[in-house]
Amino acid sequence: MDVATIVQVLESTLRLATPLLFACLAGLISERAGVFDIGLEGKMLMAAFMSAAIAYVSGNVWVGLTAAVFASVVLSLVHGVASITFRGNQLISGVAINFLAAGITVVVAQNWFRQGGRTPSLSGNARMQRIDLPFVDAVRDVPVLGPIYTILSGHALLVYIAFLCVPLTWYVLFRTRFGLRLRAVGENPAAVDTAGVSVVRLRYGAVAICGVLCGLAGAYLATGLSAGFVKDMTAGRGFIALAAMIFAKWRPWHAMGAVLLFGLLEAVANRFQNIEILGVGVPVQAMQALPYILTVVILAGFVGKAIPPRAGGWPYVKEH
Amino acid sequence: MALNEPAMRQETAASDNAIELRGISKAFGSVQANKDISIRVRRGTIHGIVGENGAGKSTLMSILFGFYRADSGEIFINGKPTEITDSESAIRAGIGMVFQHFKLVENFTVLENVILGAEAGGLLRPSLARARGLLKDLAREFELNVDPDANIEDLSVGHQQRVEILKALYREADILILDEPTGVLTPSEADHLFRILKGLKEQGKTIILITHKLREIMDVTDDVSVMRRGEMVATRVTAQTSPTELAELMVGRKVLLRVEKTPAEPGAEVLRVENLRHVDGQGVERLRGISFGIRKGEILGIAGVSGNGQSELLEVLSGLREAEGQVVLDNEALPLSGSGCDGQSRRARRIAHVPEDRQRRGLVMNFHAWENIALGYHHDPLYNPSRWRMDNPAIIRDTEGKMSAFDVRPPDPQLKASGFSGGNQQKLVLAREIEYEPDLLLVGQPTRGVDIGAIEFIHQRLIRLRDAGAAILLISVELDEIMALSDRIIVMFDGRIMGERMPDETNAQELGLMMAGMA
Amino acid sequence: MRTGKIPHWADVTLVPLFSVALAFAISAVLIWAIGESPWEAVKLMVEGAFGSSYGWGYTLFYATNFIFTGLAVAVAFQARLFNIGGEGQALLGGLGVALVCLYIPWPHWSIALIAASLGAALFGAAWALIPGYLQAKRGSHIVITTIMFNFIAASLLGYMLVSVLRVPGSQDPASPRFPSEIALPKLHEILGLVGIPFSTVPPVNIALLLGIAMCFAVWFMLWRTRLGYQIRAFGESEPAAQYAGISPVRITIYVMLISGALAGMMAVNSVMGEQQRLVMNAVEGAGFIGIAVALMGRNHPFGVFLAAILFGFLYQGGAELALWTSIPRELIVVIQALVILFTGALDNMVRMPITRLFARTRRAG
Repeated sequence: MDVATIVQVLESTLRLATPLLFACLAGLISERAGVFDIGLEGKMLMAAFMSAAIAYVSGNVWVGLTAAVFASVVLSLVHGVASITFRGNQLISGVAINFLAAGITVVVAQNWFRQGGRTPSLSGNARMQRIDLPFVDAVRDVPVLGPIYTILSGHALLVYIAFLCVPLTWYVLFRTRFGLRLRAVGENPAAVDTAGVSVVRLRYGAVAICGVLCGLAGAYLATGLSAGFVKDMTAGRGFIALAAMIFAKWRPWHAMGAVLLFGLLEAVANRFQNIEILGVGVPVQAMQALPYILTVVILAGFVGKAIPPRAGGWPYVKEH
Repeated sequence: MALNEPAMRQETAASDNAIELRGISKAFGSVQANKDISIRVRRGTIHGIVGENGAGKSTLMSILFGFYRADSGEIFINGKPTEITDSESAIRAGIGMVFQHFKLVENFTVLENVILGAEAGGLLRPSLARARGLLKDLAREFELNVDPDANIEDLSVGHQQRVEILKALYREADILILDEPTGVLTPSEADHLFRILKGLKEQGKTIILITHKLREIMDVTDDVSVMRRGEMVATRVTAQTSPTELAELMVGRKVLLRVEKTPAEPGAEVLRVENLRHVDGQGVERLRGISFGIRKGEILGIAGVSGNGQSELLEVLSGLREAEGQVVLDNEALPLSGSGCDGQSRRARRIAHVPEDRQRRGLVMNFHAWENIALGYHHDPLYNPSRWRMDNPAIIRDTEGKMSAFDVRPPDPQLKASGFSGGNQQKLVLAREIEYEPDLLLVGQPTRGVDIGAIEFIHQRLIRLRDAGAAILLISVELDEIMALSDRIIVMFDGRIMGERMPDETNAQELGLMMAGMA
Repeated sequence: MRTGKIPHWADVTLVPLFSVALAFAISAVLIWAIGESPWEAVKLMVEGAFGSSYGWGYTLFYATNFIFTGLAVAVAFQARLFNIGGEGQALLGGLGVALVCLYIPWPHWSIALIAASLGAALFGAAWALIPGYLQAKRGSHIVITTIMFNFIAASLLGYMLVSVLRVPGSQDPASPRFPSEIALPKLHEILGLVGIPFSTVPPVNIALLLGIAMCFAVWFMLWRTRLGYQIRAFGESEPAAQYAGISPVRITIYVMLISGALAGMMAVNSVMGEQQRLVMNAVEGAGFIGIAVALMGRNHPFGVFLAAILFGFLYQGGAELALWTSIPRELIVVIQALVILFTGALDNMVRMPITRLFARTRRAG
């Protein structure tokens, strides 16, 4: 394997990890506040469609991005109404949202564009442009530093934003009042309630942030990673993000590590059809399944148990 | 800050009331939890509120902290009429509450718990620094030392309780309400708590102490109010009353329940319990070395205010909790953990159990009466003609018999458990458990929420089972029920046995004192 | 927010019906918004699904799939377990069917049917066993593990089809065809025996009868056996089940085995009955539709049967709709999502007006 291949694979890793990272942080914030969300996939898909559709119509990717975030937040609020206001089953609500998105995107895409449930290909300003970091051409041939800098350069703005979201999420969660209350409401809502803070408002806040981040994930998927929307284009990424969140045990920095690992697995699986490790051929499907297998192992507690936020999944009912 | 200027305030306001309630009433459905309650709590005092289970103490305090709205009545804080609509307004009015079940975030540090909801600004660092400084002061002043950086889950229960007090003080509470604060504490922790409370009082804080332990009332309070059946029956200056008077006020002059029964003719010992210990999921030792025995043909009553280990005792004996110690039934040890310690194994040893909470444990509320009759006995060969098939008609026939034997109304096996009245639900459970003619019947709160007619019926059935030679362990918070039914009485307090009395050699006052830890 | 009491019959009939009505109403708005006529759409769907024996055949074929996956979800729900892994269990069931049909020479379809059913059930149950065990013994959240197992199943099947079962020389990731001697009799052949003419085109086959038999079997298991009694008691009240000495570990594992086996048996219909070979998308989302079917059918086998027919109608009607209008098949996914949302997550909202209605009539009466 030469350097150029490695650079390519790692560049691709960063790109593939970006939507996962947004979605993973989205899930992390929602679940930290005690609202389980297995509807990440659906929100991403809806956002992917809206971003591509509106970017195509307007010719401006940022208009598309705004629409994507809006659509994703709307789905988030549906989830909020079901699981916070009406104290419904959060898991079932998540399942419903995934299907809702899977259906509506195709129905509307077909109606708007008549291309079999896809949007027309995006080009020019309707796509996210790559940003070359300064002096990238100058340092390209410097050993070690050159390839690393090359890997980091030439991505869409959202890639950089996604990775900036990691320290930001960490800071908000662990260094601000909002973060303290958010984590508290996911662990023991009664403590928050008796401290005179509204549980409902906090949870809606978390769910809305989750929607915004899923919106960014979907927008990047359709206008950055690809050039347009196709049916079911999230292809399980929402669940990989969920897996990454569990793998990271609901911690932002670890989440970045997890999505980079899962992104790398995907990049390698895309690049090579068969991989030999220590002389044994590993089928590409094993690479694809690895994130899920790792998550089950973590969930089973064989290597460090993943303990979700204690109040996660349950609506808050006042009692004493 | 209020903390620094209390001495002066105490001077000028010693005669004022920190809290005055006028005519507070609250009903839940048809149950009147609080009836026209009026009370005055002098500022800078420790005011005790005592009463039996269900006397309405907790409801009253929940109204004060904004969990419930009173149906009628007024609240005055420092002489000002105050609307308390939620926890936030209660906190604003200067009220702090230490709940029986702490409201702490387990994996947060002490500091984080203290500032939660009362942070100074959007960033945590200044809030945490401020709280750290204040905690240091409070620790020095009131012996409230806790490591500010420890995680709650690593702290003992006593320390967790201090965090709750610190939370209230951090919010500048002038009025502190503590609901049964010593229920989870060891004696030395409790002494420590009272030193803290006295220190706070000296600083001008007002403290309301809800408890059923008369010794605590006598030791630390200035005034004491007694509640009974939702009413405030009396308020006394503690120095001018006695435990005996308070116990009388709590219990009231009830019409004594009479149960027709012949003297017991106890036979050989059926159950022997030695040095039974149980630590619950929170790490609190609920049973601290219990020993007793029950003989054939006798009813052993266990009196006590709820929360003193009786429930745990019942669940250990019925196989629902694991414990340490020895229990011997019919000369054979009863496993207290692992396999052999579950509901089925206990039934196989002819132990029947009428659980305290029939709606949660004793019945599946969404099951038909006949399905509930099979609960726990679903392996009975009568119900299972073959390895797989369950003979529903046979169960229904059996249910019809049991329902008529126990006069369950309506006698409809197809009715769901939730469709019966409380008394008939209980008869259903009793019918199931008694008709198997157990050697030992464990029965908890047999007449809680049961109408008068059914109470008499249930009591007669228990006597009849005793006369048939069974041993019965009866747990009830109703003292008169214990006195009317038991052939022997044990009083439990704080996980221990306070003493044993024969019903005709004791009276409610003596038992009431024992239940309150005064022996 | 507390919902008052409504009679049991109203809760099991009005709530799902009202939910479906809401789902249909919203879908109608969607159809109208994309410029089609909702009324015409309904007519087309009913015509396409019930207007001919051809339509009926497809409706019943889809319904058969949904009966199996719906029962799978319903049985798990009876024990308050949310088995979202029907998709993966059905995929594995397909693998079981393929192995049984490809590698063992069967003299007659009837014996092959029994063997394939067992193979499908065994593989499906095995795939549900691990999440069940992890839930019971290690407290791993069954919803997450079963989701993960769906993806692992897809990868495993992909590997099997690409590297193990693929016909040599073929580019298509699919198993060889099963021997034609063990092709399952289709419904038109069965009806032909009693002289009822039926379209020969649709793939509806004897697995429909197997599905109906399974409805009875599940009903019998739940309400006529000790195991079913324990499952229901555990689901209704865990403290009461513990009091009765019912082991949560054992019940959880048994329930997941049964649930996985039922989901796996779907493959008898789709793999053995229709495709007669194993392909990648043999399940086509039926595992997930099982969730909607179970919620809608109130976890009762008879309800599941009716809901499966409803969804069979939606799938066949939706296909017709896609054929004759510009409305794509995915409209059905929207309806399915809304049914899940209203019956499973917003049920408290749906119940509110019904509760109010009953309160009013009670006061009036």
